[in-house]
Amino acid sequence: MTALARAPREARDFWLLVLAGALVTAVGLGAAHYMDVHGHVVTGMTNQVVWGLPHVFAIFMIVAASGVLNVASVGSVFGQTVYKRRAPLSGLLCLALLAGGLMVLMLDLGRPDRIIVAATHYNFKSVFAWNVFLYSGMVAIVALYLWTMFERRMNRWSRPAGIAALVWRFVLTTGTGSIFGFLVARQAYQSALLAPLFIVLSFGWGLAVFLVVQATMYAWNRQALPADIQRRMARLLGVFVAAALYLVAVYHLTNLYYARQVDFAAFLLLGRGDGAGIFPWLFWGGYVLLGSVLPLVLVFRPQPGRRDLLAAAALVVLGAFAWLFVFIIGGQAFPLEILPGHAVSSSFGDGAIERYVPRLPEWLLGLGGLGAAFLLTTVGVRVLDFMPADDFPAAGQPAEGAAP
Amino acid sequence: MNERADRPGADAGAAGSSRRGFLGVAAAGLAGVMVAPGIRLIEVAQAATGAAAGPTAGANPKVRWGLLIDTTKCASGCTDCVDACNTENGLDPRPTPTSAQWIRKIEIKELRTGRTSSAPMMCQHCASPPCVDVCPTGASFKRADGIVLVDRHTCIGCRYCMMACPYKARSFVHEPLTDQKPDVPRGKGCVESCTLCVHRIDAGGKTTACAEACTKAGHGAIVFGDLNDPASEISQRLREVASVQLRADLRLDTGVRYQGLGA
Repeated sequence: MTALARAPREARDFWLLVLAGALVTAVGLGAAHYMDVHGHVVTGMTNQVVWGLPHVFAIFMIVAASGVLNVASVGSVFGQTVYKRRAPLSGLLCLALLAGGLMVLMLDLGRPDRIIVAATHYNFKSVFAWNVFLYSGMVAIVALYLWTMFERRMNRWSRPAGIAALVWRFVLTTGTGSIFGFLVARQAYQSALLAPLFIVLSFGWGLAVFLVVQATMYAWNRQALPADIQRRMARLLGVFVAAALYLVAVYHLTNLYYARQVDFAAFLLLGRGDGAGIFPWLFWGGYVLLGSVLPLVLVFRPQPGRRDLLAAAALVVLGAFAWLFVFIIGGQAFPLEILPGHAVSSSFGDGAIERYVPRLPEWLLGLGGLGAAFLLTTVGVRVLDFMPADDFPAAGQPAEGAAP
Repeated sequence: MNERADRPGADAGAAGSSRRGFLGVAAAGLAGVMVAPGIRLIEVAQAATGAAAGPTAGANPKVRWGLLIDTTKCASGCTDCVDACNTENGLDPRPTPTSAQWIRKIEIKELRTGRTSSAPMMCQHCASPPCVDVCPTGASFKRADGIVLVDRHTCIGCRYCMMACPYKARSFVHEPLTDQKPDVPRGKGCVESCTLCVHRIDAGGKTTACAEACTKAGHGAIVFGDLNDPASEISQRLREVASVQLRADLRLDTGVRYQGLGA
């Protein structure tokens, strides 16, 4: 099929994608409105599990937004040409994911109508308040970075902008990890390890999202990713996944070692305690096996194929959701230890494990955020030139060294 | 998805320049729409702050309000303090898992010895409250007299304070509310907790609803008073009997103390 004959069909497919993204986003907004009118009573959240499924989606997107920028950093800051050509797409995905994540986070507030209060009243001791600046700063820096890449006159500023973005994203993910790390009262959190853990997790999650989007774009343009680039990116994903698995293991080993944390670790990892059921399954089955070990096997095969890489990336994303559910929900479901050494009970759920089941509006809001990120990416890729420009021969012909 | 390969070069240049212009105008417009209301609101907020004397006006910095709970006098199953609090503050008398509970009774059993006790649990009105530290908008605040409150006008309902509180003292209003008490404003989507009956104290009242009900019923398990006044009943009792702060390891310097608990 010639390029000209393809154009109308491509335009139709593009609008279909936009429509699909807009529809999912609209359903998410509808769910948020429903939650706003009726209150959080229509969700599965209670006074024990105060952050539910929307936070799982939001934190995934925010952490992945920071990680996806890694591709640009490897290119601009460390001068790797293959990655440099992918820097614009990496920047766009960062903005899209950040927007999707923040949309979910804001619409899950008890008073989303007061969002302007969050922009006019600051408590500078709050990690959340720091994050307001970190997120808006990230958007500004990445937008500038994209500008230096697209505007030929500004190209020479691309490297300094890339360095600024790299530093900012490290601080941003430190901030995200510290939202939990600074919670001294909760057994699940209160660890300085959470900031570096989130940074390393962001590398893997961000690259995984990038690889899924890149594979889709190549398929759309009927191109194949050259085998050597594919191998390099596969290996990089493997290194990130392995490093994250290591830090997650250290985090849980610490909990197993401290006598006061043993009950919590047994609850989360072994399912000890009434109603703990789902967390060990999600941790061992979802995060460790499907989200880490299987992707490692796939990417470290002698000749990982296109499908191996795509499957590995999709599994890493799946594992990310499983881990975040265990971390965020499991960490709250376990009761606070107000009186160590005592068994307690009350009408307020003291001493009891909370059984949180996410309800439909929470799913729809979370998916709406993903829809918004998808929509922004689709439109961005169409309006501006985000396709990695390295390895394209004339349209319709396979690239040199392309995998079969 | 991009069309670069399909587009003739000259057209691409023209289209690129008009697109750039459009994007520039759109970005400037969007920035204006997003920033202008914020600037307007900052003006409004500053004007309002100038007119009123601030949220802590009236609180006496020389006072530190607190409670002493004598668990040896607190009967298992008795909910006189809880009922009084619910009535005083217009809370749900038959709480569900999503209802607000500003004060609750906990039944306690020491695992090693099997010794049982019972005690009311509420906001501990810490001198270094984690909820105040984490609140992004400053809605969680501590008054000069030690009472920890939530400003219902600036609470955005992020629930970070609930994550930070070691005592599970805070509740989130999950549903629209009706029939509120005029002295105790509440609202869906905000976080709230025990106010130490601040509306009573500010009106010159001498005690909280829970302490009053407990005393009236003859239990005498709750004493309210000024921790900074050496002559107050609570200070005298605290000098005489052994008491503990819950999660004293966190060094939050709680305003609520417990007698007869080995925690």
